[in-house]
Amino acid sequence: MARNKEKLVLLLDVGPSMHGVLPEVEKVCSMLVEKKLIFNKDDEVGVVVFGTEETNNELMDEVGGYENIVVLQDIKVVDGDLIDILKKLPRGTVDGDFLDAIVVGMDMLIKKYKGIYKGKKRLCLITNAIHPTKDSLEGSKEDQVGTLAVQMTAQGMKMESIVVRGILSQDANKRIMDENDRLLSIFSKKTRSRTVYVDSPISLLGALKTRRVTPVTVFRGHLELSQQMKIKVWVYKKTQEEKFPTLKKYSEKAPSTSKFATHQVMVDYEYKSVDDSSTVVPPEQRIKGYRYGPQVVPISDAERDAVKFKPEKGVKLLGFTDASNIIRHYYMKDVYLFIAEPGNTRAILAVSAIARAMKEMNKVAILRCVWRQGQQNVVVGVLTPNISQNNKIPDSFYFNVLPFIEDVREYQFPSFNSFPASWLPNEQQQMAADEFVQMLNLAPSGKEEALLPEFTPNPVLERFYHHLELKSKQPDAAVPPLDETLKRITEPDLELDFENKSVLDSLCKHFELKENSKKSARRLLPEKPSGSNGEDGNGNVSDARAVDSIGQEPVVKIEKIGDLTPVQDFEVMMTRRDNPEWVGKAIREMRDKILSLLTNSHGGDNYLVAVECIIALRKGCILEQVSPSPSLCFCCCFFLNLLCGFRCFCLMEPGPYNNLMRYLYRYCQEKEISTFPKLLASMDVTLISKSEAVDSSNFTDDEARRFLDKIKPEPKD
Amino acid sequence: MDLDPEDVFKDEEDDPDNEFFQQSESSKEYVVYLVDASPKMFNTTCPGKDQKDEIHFHVSISCIAESLKTQIICRSYDEVAICFFNTREKKNLQDLNGVFVFNVAEREQLDRPTARLIKEFDCIEESFMREIGSQYGIVPGSRENSLYNALWVAQALLRKGSIKTADKRILLFTNEDDPFGSLQGAAKADMTRTTLQRAKDIQDLGISIELLPLIRLDEEFNVSVLYSDLIGLDSEDLAQFIPSAGQKLEDMKDQLRKRMFTKRIIRRITFHIVKGLSIQLNTYALIRPTVPGAITWLDSVTNRPLKIERSLICEDTGSLIQEPPKRFQPYRNENVKFSMDEISEIKRISTGHLRLLGFKPLCCLKDYHNLRPSTFVYPSDQEVVGSSCIFIALHRSMLRLKRFAVAFYGGSSRPQLVALVARDEITTAGGQMEPPGMHMIYLPYSDDIRDAEEIFPDTEDDAPRADKDQIQKAAALIKRIEMKDFSVFQFANPALQRHYAVLQALALEEDDIPETIDETVPDEEGLAS
Repeated sequence: MARNKEKLVLLLDVGPSMHGVLPEVEKVCSMLVEKKLIFNKDDEVGVVVFGTEETNNELMDEVGGYENIVVLQDIKVVDGDLIDILKKLPRGTVDGDFLDAIVVGMDMLIKKYKGIYKGKKRLCLITNAIHPTKDSLEGSKEDQVGTLAVQMTAQGMKMESIVVRGILSQDANKRIMDENDRLLSIFSKKTRSRTVYVDSPISLLGALKTRRVTPVTVFRGHLELSQQMKIKVWVYKKTQEEKFPTLKKYSEKAPSTSKFATHQVMVDYEYKSVDDSSTVVPPEQRIKGYRYGPQVVPISDAERDAVKFKPEKGVKLLGFTDASNIIRHYYMKDVYLFIAEPGNTRAILAVSAIARAMKEMNKVAILRCVWRQGQQNVVVGVLTPNISQNNKIPDSFYFNVLPFIEDVREYQFPSFNSFPASWLPNEQQQMAADEFVQMLNLAPSGKEEALLPEFTPNPVLERFYHHLELKSKQPDAAVPPLDETLKRITEPDLELDFENKSVLDSLCKHFELKENSKKSARRLLPEKPSGSNGEDGNGNVSDARAVDSIGQEPVVKIEKIGDLTPVQDFEVMMTRRDNPEWVGKAIREMRDKILSLLTNSHGGDNYLVAVECIIALRKGCILEQVSPSPSLCFCCCFFLNLLCGFRCFCLMEPGPYNNLMRYLYRYCQEKEISTFPKLLASMDVTLISKSEAVDSSNFTDDEARRFLDKIKPEPKD
Repeated sequence: MDLDPEDVFKDEEDDPDNEFFQQSESSKEYVVYLVDASPKMFNTTCPGKDQKDEIHFHVSISCIAESLKTQIICRSYDEVAICFFNTREKKNLQDLNGVFVFNVAEREQLDRPTARLIKEFDCIEESFMREIGSQYGIVPGSRENSLYNALWVAQALLRKGSIKTADKRILLFTNEDDPFGSLQGAAKADMTRTTLQRAKDIQDLGISIELLPLIRLDEEFNVSVLYSDLIGLDSEDLAQFIPSAGQKLEDMKDQLRKRMFTKRIIRRITFHIVKGLSIQLNTYALIRPTVPGAITWLDSVTNRPLKIERSLICEDTGSLIQEPPKRFQPYRNENVKFSMDEISEIKRISTGHLRLLGFKPLCCLKDYHNLRPSTFVYPSDQEVVGSSCIFIALHRSMLRLKRFAVAFYGGSSRPQLVALVARDEITTAGGQMEPPGMHMIYLPYSDDIRDAEEIFPDTEDDAPRADKDQIQKAAALIKRIEMKDFSVFQFANPALQRHYAVLQALALEEDDIPETIDETVPDEEGLAS
């Protein structure tokens, strides 16, 4: 057990050039400790920051030097205080020296465990490594790093370096960066260290593995190429989903003040006869039944044991085949890793030779695996080569499970070529799509691949642990909104979209969508999705246009206000005369659109559109001075009440508009938004006055205008 | 101990309750297999393997038998009826001539497949001539119309249930493209008209009629004589589904098999491509592990099923807990409590749609970027017209530029990043091998990926690497043990086969459990040579 504990020292660069990413560093480090508090409670962690104004470490006291390095926390068993420390890292004032920090960290580990502890010792360095390190007193920096590396290996330490670069770091001297990279690479070559470069906040959050899982072998034994030829291998999981933690049930029966209450809940099962629910059938009278069509066939365990499928443990090769025979989407499961038995040179060489030959010949191997004795099934799967890029790490294989005949459903789908020509993209459309696929590139050469799975954290788990920490301090804390950095995993990168705006616009211009008016009623049901979540499945085709394509020039019948041209959509809807409902619908949708533009605005990017929409709404409300349908009023009141607890007194068209304005006024006040009201004022957007809408507004011109003064933010003192 | 029992096949990590893997009862299907039993079905053969010709009737029967065996395992809520027409004997509720509904004891005519049905149907050919008989039902001078009668019987069989809860289909097996060919003049026109009207009425009820034509080597099956009108095919569908004459038996069987299953959509999703451009996609589970159904506990005395009552008991007070309890996580020396609402709120980080984030070269999709079986997506213009057009354009661009799309799929159970990999259609004589569309591959997050290969070594030395010579030798070995035409669908799951063989034997109270063959055992002799 003891060997399983990890002793970790975090070496965090807090110098001025790191300030921009320190919020992410704080997040990822506290997450690391939060998870340790749950999964690895006995692990010990120390925290060193460098680039600080002050200096506080033992080495300085003992030998001098090592300035601007502070040991924030000596190595200790993880606890809540550690999180508090990591959540409030000091902002340093000088450019730190990461080599010094590594020495301080190693010194802490050596002193604390004095060679007694043989378990896992790890240093984790987070820096941008753009500032020069001090010259060594004896020999070159390379020599110094070499000595450190030897020492590190001798002490059984591992190091993980996360180097923050690209857009996250400032312009820096290339020569210094290159030198630093070279120094760090010496560690990777000579020790069991790993250096990763990250250039986005997401990958910084994902680069540090926050959950330490002790790897367990799935299988140890022979990979049997033939009866004579066998290689000793160990099989691990390469990927395995880290699940949302299973939370225990909490009983509130015992008083919450009771010290001894466990609050645990026991789940009890009773097996009762269907006909007589008063009798409980004892375990020995129960028998398992298996479904076969409508029948349930009883089979006792003994009977089953006698007849069930009992394959022998073993991993056997069925043969090699062209890689192209195994299409990627046949992979059925998470991934296994086959490595040669550690320390067994012959096995390592055999795996290396076969893996490299497979790679060269573009072949894969098909295996039949029974991982353990007594397993009641076999898997057939595909073994692919994994050629190691690191000299320290032997070549290995990946393995994935392939489907059996029973697992495949051979549905037929119409060939795209059989579609009517009108469904197929024309040349211009194809070009727009080509350009789009080409330009919206997440892995441009020379830049870090965005959203690399290895560096992308699970936003749900991040949010859970964050909330857990919040709740431990404040039990009624509400679920926090998704962190801005994590949001970038779930939504398109605005910057990338912005860079390619013309490509995106061209795509939108070339393709037209419309809502289908005549859905075939019959086929709907059988094709009903079994578990569809109706959350927002329907409402979101808002940009769909219903196009009536009679004649050459389609008459556009707008049915919804879309994102692209909300003002035009609104105007068209307001003038539709085929159904009196359209006006109400248009006003309703426009108001919702304005609110959503405002609430979803990042840094005011939607404000201009929102103002345009407001102006259009205002105009529309004045033009349509007809009594609105009661449903509109109800809906509108309801909506506004919901949002701001505001009493609605609208009866006529200007009502919705004036109410909306009052709501916006309050909204901006509450959120302390000043730019939007200014914008409104500058465009002279006032309330609708009595002179504009005789029957429905109670405001004089003057009152309407005064509203603008009110809406303008008061100058702060 | 309890509730869930060692599941027969379960690997520890599998979660059979996951909706991802389940077939729900709500998507069941009612099928009537309508088989032509005319003498022509017995006289006509198609060449099979090893010069063994098989008669068309036999081909039809064996396709249905196979289908029943799959249905009882994978989709046992489906209900089936088997009905022959052009028979000597008659057996149907309407008492119509030339139509024989085949059934076994303890089963309604349209019902879930049972072990007995499968067993007796397997040997129907032995007794067919004796008990049912083959006879042309449409002959000059008679007003009998066996095709009409057959459709009528099938329709009556499918009266059960609502089309809202089940998909109703008639699968018609025949090798006669001109059933009224022997008639002339008014009689022919009249019969054609009434039969087509009957078919139309059936389809208006929401029942689909599908034709599974059997083809001769030397003769085309001309659907346009009658059947294109009868089943309502337009010319495009026609070209697609009617196999050419001279097809090999295996290919024909393949195609029949594929066509007997209807596609089931698992979900309809909205795919946001860019702001203002969202299309509709249907998702399909083309590959999912088939596992034996859940265990039902029985009373061993009565063999009656037991109901399981779960109760929650407070460990501190011993009292029963009625209301759904909160959850807690021990953390920092205390219990942090969560309500179920809070937990679902935490998990809700996106809208549930599929949102495109960008594209990457195919080489960025590593072998270890996989967690679960993939899901197939195919466009639908049903609600948003124009979806297919954009989808096809992107599909073509992605294939040409060798890119895959990265998207965020915000489902409620596990919102995650996915890769959308475009695949071109692959067809062979046996029909479509790979459908055109995209496969959604579920990508791991950083914490899902482990670095077990980095645990070792503990030494300072570099890892041993094979030299040229060793790689050469390995290459020679690979050539020797090569499987030229390996196909992924080559093996049946031996554990599943065994399980169902045992069940079938016990269900029919047979003493001997038939041997099952494990096809996955390597051919040791073959390798040694």
